[in-house]
Amino acid sequence: MKRDNKVMPSLAEAIRQTGLRDGMTVSFHHHLRDGDAVLNLVLAECEKLGVRDLTVNASALMACHHPIVDFIRKGTVTGIECNYMHPVVGHEISKGLLAREVIFRSHGGRPAALERKEAHIDVAFIAASTSDRAGNCNGRDGRTAFGSIGYAMPDAEHADNVVVVTDHLAPYPVSVASIDERYVDAVVVIDSIGDPDKIMSGTTRVTRDPIGLLIADYTARALSASGLLEDGLSFQTGAGGTSLAVASFIGEIMRGRGIRGSFASGGITGMLVDLFQEGLFETLIDVQCFDRDAVRSIRDNEKHREISASTYASPAVKSSVVDHLDIVILGATEIDSQFNVNVHTDSNGFIMGGSGGHSDTAAGAKLSVIVAPLIRARLPLIVDRVGTISTPGKDVDLLVTQYGLACNPEKTELDYRLRSAGLPVFTIEELHERAVGITGVPGRHPSQGRPVARVVSRDGDLLDIIRAVNR
Amino acid sequence: MELIRKAKSGTLESSDVLVTVEPAGELIITLDSPVKEQFACAILETVRGVLEDFSVRTGKIELADQGALDCTIRARLTTALKRASQPAGGEK
Repeated sequence: MKRDNKVMPSLAEAIRQTGLRDGMTVSFHHHLRDGDAVLNLVLAECEKLGVRDLTVNASALMACHHPIVDFIRKGTVTGIECNYMHPVVGHEISKGLLAREVIFRSHGGRPAALERKEAHIDVAFIAASTSDRAGNCNGRDGRTAFGSIGYAMPDAEHADNVVVVTDHLAPYPVSVASIDERYVDAVVVIDSIGDPDKIMSGTTRVTRDPIGLLIADYTARALSASGLLEDGLSFQTGAGGTSLAVASFIGEIMRGRGIRGSFASGGITGMLVDLFQEGLFETLIDVQCFDRDAVRSIRDNEKHREISASTYASPAVKSSVVDHLDIVILGATEIDSQFNVNVHTDSNGFIMGGSGGHSDTAAGAKLSVIVAPLIRARLPLIVDRVGTISTPGKDVDLLVTQYGLACNPEKTELDYRLRSAGLPVFTIEELHERAVGITGVPGRHPSQGRPVARVVSRDGDLLDIIRAVNR
Repeated sequence: MELIRKAKSGTLESSDVLVTVEPAGELIITLDSPVKEQFACAILETVRGVLEDFSVRTGKIELADQGALDCTIRARLTTALKRASQPAGGEK
């Protein structure tokens, strides 16, 4: 390998030079989200080269990664480690597609596992929208720009061999080396690493649904009463319609009271970019861009900072951004009376998601708030025992639904503050009864099949086991 | 009540149910629902109750449920049955 020019003539050649063999682990990152082309291309090339028995360690498997199901059937892939799995892959896993158990981690737990040497990557494939011949690369420049490349940074540092896959080769040196040449073994140029128009998936606008707006209104009032909405506020929220409504309402309160926040973090949306540009937040700390506005902003604003997944949320480093969070707004598929939250499996036990940064931010933030409708298509949000523990109840402080709020019993001061503010606060049991009074008592049939996945906590402990659905 | 034609009520929106009823020599109820595991018994009990209220003993009753509450199922089925018992174009 020439140290001054690492560009390989083809993906096949790049893979060959890594020495990739049967049984090794390859890694991928999902910043192009549903528009990523690299994971499928690399696995197809591995199959052609006759490499088998690979473990795929991906920050997330999206719907576009459905071909992995075929690579599993053919024996190219026999193991999966990820932080999120889209239902189109998840359903197959739940039906027993993979003999080995999937390992689910969180966005902070994944780099932590590399740092503690609990996980190992033989070859990291890093999709970059711009790279130079030495592998200095980023996701902010080029026609396929996707913004932050944060999830791939720990892979670059810890993998034995690193291949940068790009569709834009720039002259040495690129101006911003989010991942730098020290780590990179090979660079390969392909026609397209994906479709950045598909980064934004699902709702990324403030909801117009009256239930979502009511939940967001209660949430904003609860945050206002919590005592945390002060100068220096740090805040994180997701890209869902209700979360965006919360961010918008928080912005209104901050504007009204003249509050200036310190940072907003996480997956960054156009909504947070707006609040930042208005001066309501000093800095954006970004591990992943959720839309075009965020992609543009990270390129143009110095105070919109790109960080690695480790800096974002790893519990194995000396400190990380989540440790500085005041408030995080999160969703839930199910929550139980112990405040355990499930974002991994649906009501029938099928895998349909994963932690992402859920458990990391819930653990780090001073106040972690779950926002969700009390009933979805006849299913009560609150159950006796969640199907899968994704985030342990000890890290969840407050539940907000359209029928009212419930504080974790440990949070007596918060409970007092919310009640004093005139908010409709109940116990979680009362909200449960309310829901079941409307829906009827759901029959529950826990999955009894063999284990198909294990959920590993950010600290590396076993949090829960997901079993096959034999129906 | 006598079913004289095929009729529908409802939608496939989340939390709604699309009910289709038509005359048949026997009673056939089919249920498709994302919450079948949790609520099949409750849904069928509601359906039988409404059929009884209208003295409907035969017919093909098809429910494409999207997680409708009890009250919704009752309302949609009632409307479908009333439509099916009137000549086409008779409803206003």
